[in-house]
Amino acid sequence: MTPDREVAIVAFAQTDHLRTTDEFSEVEMVMPVLHEVLRQTGLKTSDIGFTCSGSSDYLAGRAFSFTMALDGVGAWPPISESHVEMDGAWALYEAWVKLLTGEADTALVYAYGKSSPGSVRDVLTRQLDPYYLAPLWPDSVALAALQAQALIDAGHTDEPALATIATRSREDASANPHAQLPGARPQGEYIVGPLRTGDCPPVGDGAAAVILAVGDKARELCDRPAWIRGMDHRIEPHALGVRDLTDSPSTRLAAERAGAFERPVDTAELHAPFSSQEVVLRRALDLDDRVRVNPSGGALAANPMMAAGLVRLGEAAARIHRGASDRALAHATSGPCLQQNLVAVLEGENRA
Amino acid sequence: MTSAPAPDTLRAPLVVEFPFTRSLGPVQSAFLTGLRERTVLGVRTEGGRVLVPPVEYDPETAAELRELVEIGATGTVTTWAWNPEPRPGQPLSTPFAWVLVRLDGADTALLHALDAPGPDAVRTGMRVRIRWAAERAGAITDIACFEPSESGEAVTDVREHDGAFDDPVTGIVAAARLDYTYSPGRAQTRYLRALADNRTVGERCPSCTKVYVPPRGACPTCGVATTEQVEVGPRGTVTTYCIVNIKARGLDIEVPYVYAHIALDGAGLALHGRIGGIPYDQVRMGLRVEPVWSEDGRYPDHYRPCGEPDADYDTYKELL
Ligand SMILES: [Zn+2]
Repeated sequence: MTPDREVAIVAFAQTDHLRTTDEFSEVEMVMPVLHEVLRQTGLKTSDIGFTCSGSSDYLAGRAFSFTMALDGVGAWPPISESHVEMDGAWALYEAWVKLLTGEADTALVYAYGKSSPGSVRDVLTRQLDPYYLAPLWPDSVALAALQAQALIDAGHTDEPALATIATRSREDASANPHAQLPGARPQGEYIVGPLRTGDCPPVGDGAAAVILAVGDKARELCDRPAWIRGMDHRIEPHALGVRDLTDSPSTRLAAERAGAFERPVDTAELHAPFSSQEVVLRRALDLDDRVRVNPSGGALAANPMMAAGLVRLGEAAARIHRGASDRALAHATSGPCLQQNLVAVLEGENRA
Repeated sequence: MTSAPAPDTLRAPLVVEFPFTRSLGPVQSAFLTGLRERTVLGVRTEGGRVLVPPVEYDPETAAELRELVEIGATGTVTTWAWNPEPRPGQPLSTPFAWVLVRLDGADTALLHALDAPGPDAVRTGMRVRIRWAAERAGAITDIACFEPSESGEAVTDVREHDGAFDDPVTGIVAAARLDYTYSPGRAQTRYLRALADNRTVGERCPSCTKVYVPPRGACPTCGVATTEQVEVGPRGTVTTYCIVNIKARGLDIEVPYVYAHIALDGAGLALHGRIGGIPYDQVRMGLRVEPVWSEDGRYPDHYRPCGEPDADYDTYKELL
């Protein structure tokens, strides 16, 4: 859809993504990135029109864990606030809609996840269909591996090509001071074949925050706002066996509705936690070699659950802020085998 | 009053177990009851496709689906993944292949495990058959796994089935256990370590100067870190209370008893605790109390009257 009101990402911050952050509670982990985006814009908590966050209690193993993190925002006097039990990219979508309705002019979006307290492969089985899938405990790597084999069988990739994606991602992450796995490393053993260690994302903890603003407010807060030209999210059928795992029609449809195909993009930040999923997304989005894919290193270099999708939007926006991109696509996913997909198109105004 | 050194963070095992009881709709009930009877049912869409495992609404059109068909127990692998190290709860404890299997007569695939000697014995397109569990209860695990079945042609015979069975399964219990290692972070670690010394510490907000107890590391009003530790109490004032008349399961405290908000001296807000050492009907706002530490000395078991005169209302009205 084409919005009537112009909305832009004007600030982005993320933590260093680490294997464990025992010394921090969620609020202790989130607070520095909240302070950082406020500092970038000069806004105070009380200036923010709407606050929206994304996280999941299943990672922490505790109910309503987001209420503690909310302490980091400073929620008194009462603020307009919402939470999605999902990646922060969907919280950003909610905030974007709120700004489009005219109910607010600025929004703070943040997301965090601590995977270190539990075994994230087992934890994620609990998001599956409880009748036919969850009782079998198929873990997240296993499901991605089924998709990878389907891609190999269809001739869309092979193991050396997957290794190339993994290597390129982590080499690019060498320039990203927040990445958990900067620099190429061996592909390692099969975790669940055909996926090797190198094809899988690191397990880690991290948080991210962005600030959105409308129109002239955005121009006031940021030298080169990253305007959200369109955003949409779609879902595949629930049952894996109903889907063609080699394709992602939901990503393609979301991209189409977000206007991604109207003009070429120069950058794409894709939320592909597994190397094989980049193959699916490139095909769905018609990305060719002229598009810079995941210059941040992507989720193969840092995959903080519930924040990694928001980080894609933030990385794409930051690239526009600093003039490295004029038109960028950002993608976020949630669920097994690219179940749900969100696509946003961001643009910077022409420089004089 | 000290500025806080970084403590060695506390860690402890945290187990989350939950037995969700879920009811089944007519199609899922027929399918899972069928598995108990070694019968595989699918559901036919308006477009004539057969979905296995069956669902109650068409994933493409959302039309209600009720037309059940019986299909075979053999099928074809549509994709697979070799699992060298099975995890707890998975169908087999020896290395196996995860498989999506399109059963003969079905148009969609079912996820399960394939028992095979190694990855070289598995390929997309291979023929497999269901190995039934010896004991079946009406669950997806009534299929123990699949096993190779290279002999035999595909049976594409699809028969109508009314879905009726004696003693149908109408619900499942989705039991789960997840193991975590909980670490409470810096602020709460400091709080818990102080409790072990029979001390209660709060943390002061550098902005509004309120002292939070228990501290969580941030001032919820100002959104900034609280780092300055302040010892509060040990005595405090009951600001409000309630009388509990129903015994909680597993609790060995006689009812009725009093649960109260207690503003420890020096704290900027009240915490809650049980009041003991006084008949329940004599507890009152303003009552001055002190902690009685648990036997292992790690937390106040309850608070009891300390003998001081009641506090004046004006001294605690802001903390209500
Ligand atoms: Zn404060």
